[in-house]
Amino acid sequence: MSDSHAAAVHSPDHPPELRHHFMTMEQQQNTASLGMWLFLVTEVMFFGGMFCAYLIYRLKYFNDFAAASQSINVVWGALNTAVLLVSSWTMAMAVRCAQLGKQRLLIVFLIFTMFFGAVFLGVKAKEYHDKFVENHVPGASFEFHDKLLGHPDYVPNQGHTQMFFSIYFAMTGMHALHMVIGLGLMAYLVIAAGRGKFSTAYYTPVENIGLYWHFVDVVWIYLFPLLYLISRTKG
Amino acid sequence: MSENEHHIVPLGLYALIGATLLVMTGVTYGVALIDLGRWNTVVALCIATFKATLVVLIFMHVKYTNEKMTKPVIAGAIFFLILLLTLSLADFGTRAWL
Repeated sequence: MSDSHAAAVHSPDHPPELRHHFMTMEQQQNTASLGMWLFLVTEVMFFGGMFCAYLIYRLKYFNDFAAASQSINVVWGALNTAVLLVSSWTMAMAVRCAQLGKQRLLIVFLIFTMFFGAVFLGVKAKEYHDKFVENHVPGASFEFHDKLLGHPDYVPNQGHTQMFFSIYFAMTGMHALHMVIGLGLMAYLVIAAGRGKFSTAYYTPVENIGLYWHFVDVVWIYLFPLLYLISRTKG
Repeated sequence: MSENEHHIVPLGLYALIGATLLVMTGVTYGVALIDLGRWNTVVALCIATFKATLVVLIFMHVKYTNEKMTKPVIAGAIFFLILLLTLSLADFGTRAWL
């Protein structure tokens, strides 16, 4: 470390992006990425509160949550999971291109990532629309008449199924909001990359927005089984 | 040693991880349609955790970073998340005992 310190201080050609309070570009980037991780920790706790609410109410209103979960379309959910995973892969490829200095390919992969993110939001909008048509959106006109699989005589409780949909819309809505913000951040990256702001020595914004996008993907990796899958055969 | 040394993940590994994530999505979807009783939830969450681990370690470069604080920070997040969930469940699960 001390060797590279000396090299950085005395190097006549140290990169213009290197702030004076860092010894090396590597240290600067590690610090920025650690800061991003600390932000992601607060995000984990933010979504964690909603996962906790889901967990408690699912145990409390087990059958009603199962009936409500069976009413959402698992095929769209699975498709969206695949779309989001592909967008995470294109984002990882974008960061790799930034590391290798392939500026044009970086922009291509960023645009692919934005495309798959937009497809995800489109499918989500279609799912929300279906729920509006079925009156499954919490509020004055909420009504739920679906049956629990294998129990045609069981009448799901209106309040309890409404609680499922409150949590469903809160969690998927917050997730979708994060994706919209992610799309905005990526639009910034495309513009910055187009202006030649990044190099193999400096691509911290690409790396950190990549971390954000992968985090949003991880949240969905848990939302998909919890909201769509685990009650499929319950009753 | 170069001043600016970042681990470049090989293309083949990214392809393998991407394919694994998609295959596991198919697997978790298929398993969810089979009635395994309470094991449905366990299997679904294990697959989700496996997928999330791949994303964090490879796509988010945690496996390769030489920043020593990243892994403890992530461990801290997981610890406090588990604390939140288990203590809340211990509360709501035992209220009927009183």
